[in-house]
Amino acid sequence: MVEPQFRFRDDEPAADPAVTVDNFGEQTNAAAVRLEPGDDARDLLPYLDRIRLVEVNFPAFTDGRGYSAARILREAGYTGELRAVGDVLIDQLFAMRRCGFDSFAPDAALDPTHAEAAFKVFPEVYQPAADGRNPIWKLRHGGGN
Amino acid sequence: MYKYDQYDQAMVDARVAQFRDQVQRRVEGHITEDQFKPIRLQNGLYLQLHAYMLRVAIPYGTLNSRQMRMLGDIADKYDRGYGHFTTRQNIQYNWIKLAEAPDILADLATVEMHAIQTSGNCIRNISADHYAGAAADEIVDPRPYAELLRQWSSFHPEFLALPRKFKICVIASQTDRAAMKLHDIGIRLVKNDAGEIGAAFYVGGGMGRTPMIAPCIREFVPIDQLVTYSEACLRVYNRYGRRDNKFKARIKILVHELGKEEYTRQVEEEFAHLQTLNIEPPLAELERIKAHFTDPPFDAGASDELDLSDPDFALWVERNCHAHKQPGYISATVSLKPVGGIPGDASADQIRLMADLARDYSFDECRVTHAQNIVYPHVRKADLYALWQKLDEANLGIANLDRIGDIIACPGLDYCSLANARSIPVAQKISENFATREEEIGELKLKISGCINACGHHHAGHIGILGVDRKGVENYQLLLGGCEGDDTSLGQITGPGFDEDGIVGAVEKATDVYLANRQGGERFLDTYRRIGMAPFKEALYAPKNEIKGEPANG
Repeated sequence: MVEPQFRFRDDEPAADPAVTVDNFGEQTNAAAVRLEPGDDARDLLPYLDRIRLVEVNFPAFTDGRGYSAARILREAGYTGELRAVGDVLIDQLFAMRRCGFDSFAPDAALDPTHAEAAFKVFPEVYQPAADGRNPIWKLRHGGGN
Repeated sequence: MYKYDQYDQAMVDARVAQFRDQVQRRVEGHITEDQFKPIRLQNGLYLQLHAYMLRVAIPYGTLNSRQMRMLGDIADKYDRGYGHFTTRQNIQYNWIKLAEAPDILADLATVEMHAIQTSGNCIRNISADHYAGAAADEIVDPRPYAELLRQWSSFHPEFLALPRKFKICVIASQTDRAAMKLHDIGIRLVKNDAGEIGAAFYVGGGMGRTPMIAPCIREFVPIDQLVTYSEACLRVYNRYGRRDNKFKARIKILVHELGKEEYTRQVEEEFAHLQTLNIEPPLAELERIKAHFTDPPFDAGASDELDLSDPDFALWVERNCHAHKQPGYISATVSLKPVGGIPGDASADQIRLMADLARDYSFDECRVTHAQNIVYPHVRKADLYALWQKLDEANLGIANLDRIGDIIACPGLDYCSLANARSIPVAQKISENFATREEEIGELKLKISGCINACGHHHAGHIGILGVDRKGVENYQLLLGGCEGDDTSLGQITGPGFDEDGIVGAVEKATDVYLANRQGGERFLDTYRRIGMAPFKEALYAPKNEIKGEPANG
């Protein structure tokens, strides 16, 4: 269980320790799971209704597999907490938020002022992702807000 | 051509501010160099041997005169008065200071330009046919589709930390002038039997250490699924591309290791899923972009006559000009390959002159080609002689397109920290050595890379040269038979390499074998394909006392 430094949710964080994907299938009462870069996020799809927390680990910030894992979970309708853990840096926050992460537990605490700016560094977005933001093409052609 | 609206401008301005802040945090020590490296790379900034290098994006190689002029002004203001046009249709500056990089990006943003994603492990600037919108043989202008993909790929949150760089190319004719099949994704716009436009996807091509020609994984993606299908290709790559070995991390290795069928199956599965998410821009967005690429106001009565009484001009027209779809017009190429010069380099004054001439003679438009030259796409034939005279006065009227002197070369060890050998001096020597023999030798595309990364496209040269490090000494391997056209092929290494002077002699021997064996109007490549490697090897590696002997069947 890693404490998040930034959390964009109002519910109580899950108290259980996150188990590995391998153990998760067997521990039928587990509600928190941790995805490593080589894990297939789609293995979790049958269990989404009982998961409250998914930790996606970034052992190195240069390994972007966790971005796809996050979007896949959100695209499948997962609404629980999605937490980026590990080598999470200021300049990754914007993209992570777009991919559906709503909590962040960096190995090294981030400067809160820099982080706040980083979360809103771009005024608009060019493509839909997992954050529900309207892409620029939608703003151009109506249907935006 | 495309014009930013308030959204595009706001995004580029935000990027400049972001990078300025990132540089400041780096300077203040909040970010380590390891953390900063991907950030600066995705803003086009490399740390080279002597200084920072900035690579500026030129989307699908298209520029207006204001943008071209700015490229010249930047060369003067922030560099040493010149720039280097690259094989990715971009421009690089070699002597940049980190502290000034945000100012350069801010200057670029004033003319709707940027350096976003010109490097790093992300989707790079998208290239296209340099005759787009002018060529008689295209089914549609490919640039609106490239622009749609440019916007989709810009700051794409899922694909900013890919296993490796990712290059996309879009063409729309059977003749491939952009090395489409040597890209991570090559897209050929096609028409189906019903007359609808769609996209053929070629995935997993590339040069570098393991050159591969991309297989076609789908012959017709409906045009209203172009973005969605691209996203599926990328997602499979981001999830399963190799990350254990930098040299096996490109998508070509994934496609090769999975096999085309299995990779395609995974893409189709992801595509079916992504189609349910409505991530595709509406066709109205494509139409909006297309409206920026309508034909310029051609003079319908323009004459097709050309006065070719000046022989130097006649030669330039023959070699450097390309048929235009509009009667009375022609596309003209400015060769940036003067005899003994540095391929792709242009001075600030030359860049500004080329900008003025684009304004005056080509409806305010010019193009950068992957062969490191500049194209005026729409020149009235009646104006062509005046244009050529002005170019010629600035040493830009060289008539050597696709000749042996029109060499593609990477910056090599003179600048690049990855290089094993220098490319520029070899290019200069070959250019000088063959300057008087271009007519005799005919079409011959010669391409030089200073290392295995193949920025100089040596695999795709009729003659390719690869610089390697052999026990601390620069050594040059010779390749024959590469081609980037519709009949794409990869060059084969002749055998042991040569030293710097030896490689020039080796090229001469290879051309001698060609000339001795040529039948009819064969190009070097045609003769090589017909007679194979053996006669070339024989001439190149014959014992010294037999070296003069030409093949008996010549």
